[in-house]
Amino acid sequence: MLTIRIIPCLDVDEGLVVKGVKFKDLKVAGDPVELALKYYQEGADELTFLDVGASLKSRKTMMEVVQKISEKIFIPLTAGGGIRSLDDIRELLLAGADKVSICTAAIENPSLIQEAACCFGSQCIVLSVDAARVNGGWQAFIRGGTHNSGLDAILWAKEGVSLGAGEILVNSIDRDGTKQGYDLELIREISEKVRVPVIASGGAGNLEQIYEAIAIGRADAVLLASTLHYGEMSIPEIKKYLKSKGVPIR
Amino acid sequence: MIGIVDYGAGNLNSILKAFSYLKLPARLVTSPEQISKLERLVIPGVGSFGAALAELRHRNLYPAVINWLKENRPFLGICLGCQLLFEKSEEAPEETGFSIFPGSCRKIRAAKVPHMGWNLVKIIRPDPLFSELDSAEYFYFVHSYAVFELMGHALALTYYGSHFVAAVKFGRIYGVQFHPEKSGPAGLKLLYNWGTKC
Repeated sequence: MLTIRIIPCLDVDEGLVVKGVKFKDLKVAGDPVELALKYYQEGADELTFLDVGASLKSRKTMMEVVQKISEKIFIPLTAGGGIRSLDDIRELLLAGADKVSICTAAIENPSLIQEAACCFGSQCIVLSVDAARVNGGWQAFIRGGTHNSGLDAILWAKEGVSLGAGEILVNSIDRDGTKQGYDLELIREISEKVRVPVIASGGAGNLEQIYEAIAIGRADAVLLASTLHYGEMSIPEIKKYLKSKGVPIR
Repeated sequence: MIGIVDYGAGNLNSILKAFSYLKLPARLVTSPEQISKLERLVIPGVGSFGAALAELRHRNLYPAVINWLKENRPFLGICLGCQLLFEKSEEAPEETGFSIFPGSCRKIRAAKVPHMGWNLVKIIRPDPLFSELDSAEYFYFVHSYAVFELMGHALALTYYGSHFVAAVKFGRIYGVQFHPEKSGPAGLKLLYNWGTKC
């Protein structure tokens, strides 16, 4: 049976892991290579790195981080943050990433998803949807959650899949770093409407909430950041709990 | 020396990095002359059935690979590289694969495609490839096609919608549908076994 994936997410700024609340107030949480190794040894199913620095220097450091990690860690690696072109994608894949996650550029230039899927295959294109509740629905935000694109997040996720995205990463901006639990309705809406795997992100604060993202939200994978970085939960603990609830886990 | 066939698709770095980590000498192969001197050959995954065959022909690697397989020299096909060992694929019906194994690949029929993530591989025939691994072990998969006809050459099976062939063997020719280079310690162990015992 296909197992549910536990994916630690490392937001990297100029070579350091940072984490904020609702996409703001970033705090330093450690060295990315060290953290990645720790999570790998603890049984992480994949790893995600997002360059949140979005400067040229930060981007270069990110490449080095991916390069170093891919020499020691043999599980799927996803890299993202600030990807704008096919060249950006190629560069990250060559550095050692297996997948790339694209948010803003996909909305500003949807043909990028199409071209990238065509060039590199759908399996390595993750469409990252940063969604917040607006007027009873959800809208897709861009540029680190600062701008409302005006697109309905659910429809955009569906559109992204038809353009060639092989996976959808659903980030709830409202829940990011709050530990109040995932936006289950949002995750379920998207998971039921697309035929590719959905990764739930934003809001995990306890084990029960992670279980809910899978059982109620129907997520195929969960992305975790602050709660792991600050040692509030560990991967073995999460896996043990989910197994006890009957969730298929590696 | 292990040769990794570069047919212009897929992430060849990850498999190179895995062999380097295991201290097994490996290099990319881009021309037919380089092939004959090798001890082992790998065709890695990612890409499509038709495009991979077209590219192998275009780069004049196809005859050298076919000869290698005919001589039953040590070979490992990963993911798409495994599918190429069969006769046909729904992905490119007009094409013919290396035809080492009878049967054809068809599109996965399940709620979510591609089949992406860690799934249990059940070994049905013990083999040095699985030396020191459990009889059921998790490996990482990413694919939309697979061989669902269960055949005598199968070493291991996996379930996704229905059972499909996860590992296959004929003499010294092996194919695995999963990505050992992305399957953590179990995957590294399998690559090491192949590189030293198969």
